[in-house]
Amino acid sequence: MIGLLWNTGLSTLHDLLPIVAILFGFQFLLLRQPIPAFGKVLQGLLYVFLGLTLFLVGLQEAVFPLGEIMARQLTDPVFIRQHAVSEQQSVHWANYLWIYAFALAIGFATTIAEPALIAVGIKAEQISSGAISAWGLRLSVASGVAIGIAIGCFRIVTGTDLWLYIIAAYVIVVIQTAFAPKLIVPLAYDSGGVTTSTVTVPLVAALGLGLSSTIPGRSPMLDGFGLIAFASVFPIISVLAYAQFIRWLERRHTEPKEV
Amino acid sequence: MGHHLKEIGRPVIAAAQDLLPIVVVIGFFQLAVLRQPIPDMGHILSGMVFVLLGLALFVRGLELGLFPLGESMAYAFAKKGNLFWLLAFAFLLGFGTTVAEPALIAIAGKAAQVAAEGGMIDGNAQAMSDYAMGLRLTVALAVGCAILLGIMRIILGWPLQWLIIAGYLLVIGMTYIAPHRIIGIAYDSGGVTTSTITVPLVTALGVGLASSLRGRNPVTDGFGLIALASLLPIAFVMVYGTWIIR
Repeated sequence: MIGLLWNTGLSTLHDLLPIVAILFGFQFLLLRQPIPAFGKVLQGLLYVFLGLTLFLVGLQEAVFPLGEIMARQLTDPVFIRQHAVSEQQSVHWANYLWIYAFALAIGFATTIAEPALIAVGIKAEQISSGAISAWGLRLSVASGVAIGIAIGCFRIVTGTDLWLYIIAAYVIVVIQTAFAPKLIVPLAYDSGGVTTSTVTVPLVAALGLGLSSTIPGRSPMLDGFGLIAFASVFPIISVLAYAQFIRWLERRHTEPKEV
Repeated sequence: MGHHLKEIGRPVIAAAQDLLPIVVVIGFFQLAVLRQPIPDMGHILSGMVFVLLGLALFVRGLELGLFPLGESMAYAFAKKGNLFWLLAFAFLLGFGTTVAEPALIAIAGKAAQVAAEGGMIDGNAQAMSDYAMGLRLTVALAVGCAILLGIMRIILGWPLQWLIIAGYLLVIGMTYIAPHRIIGIAYDSGGVTTSTITVPLVTALGVGLASSLRGRNPVTDGFGLIALASLLPIAFVMVYGTWIIR
């Protein structure tokens, strides 16, 4: 454990040096201003270093193993046979219903509690003067992530090509962009990237790699990655859809008055 | 020591809020669905405590040190009005924050492990750390270029959707050419790049710039940097993969 901490600490130091060098270099050489509250900045950098080291060790010790254990137990042949829907011997997608349920639950639960998303939701409610509610945005992003990860697991189980799904999703996004209210478009695109938090990413990656190494006929290299991509594209669709739905509601509300 | 403890109290609660849903979902599935014990429970619990403390310290450190510094620099550069240095700063900010992104460090390590097991690269530690570092540098380069492009968009007032749609078309075209084994990790790296460090700093830069330029709206012009930073890494990693594998 101490050896792991020491090694992780060294490589973290190595990782942080470039950004510190960039910030200080620009501050001293180009802006030529003293850094306000220099002591606080140094204290903050120390916290960042210690925090990152502990976090990465924790990932190795807990989050990665947990994702793999869950994937292994949910694909265990004994467990599958208890809940089997199809009698076929080969891999059948309907036999893995609990995996999709787990993917939905973990995607929704981690996104709804995401602090960055809560902040963005409040800001969006302010700028749209209440047309977009903070809760509506959070619910639609969380549903997008949940559906995205579940479909991603379905893809791993069936072994279909990733790019087919991604292209289909992009085509939907492009069509929606043409019709959605213009104000929501940048926010919707950004919400795709923001949603996947620092804890969710490693857990979901471990789940995907675990699934692809335990389901017969799948390889981690071809099928293991891609879940995070789904979790990034589907919220764009769901946020755009939410904005379109709100506008449709408003129109239906105002139309009788116009007639 | 007392005030140090108080200082990270709030981030600990925020980190717990982040972790709690995961614990609840996994707990429910273990107890109600799988009805199996988790092997090595002690290790996993201690690891979770590390994750909790690490995340809290990290976030507190960002708030104390990096965010105020980055924001004041973003405003200083926007005020100074020197286009070249603003763009250079935008590129380096994107590059520097992505190289140190915790989620990217974790995923690049996993990708190297999988690539070594699959025989895509040599199985020794040196080849694996080279591959992981190569991935991280590629993604960081992509995010740097994306932020630079996004800043130019804010200054010139280009509509975001055309840039994004052009980017999607480029990515779709490249998917046909790139080796299949790199596609998954390439698409994933788009979502990974933009988490804890990058998002707040980059958003501060975009919104700060959009509100200091006349005729730009911080809402429609300030957002959108993250979207570009999620798109370009996909294309860059596919190029890297094509170059590494062949």
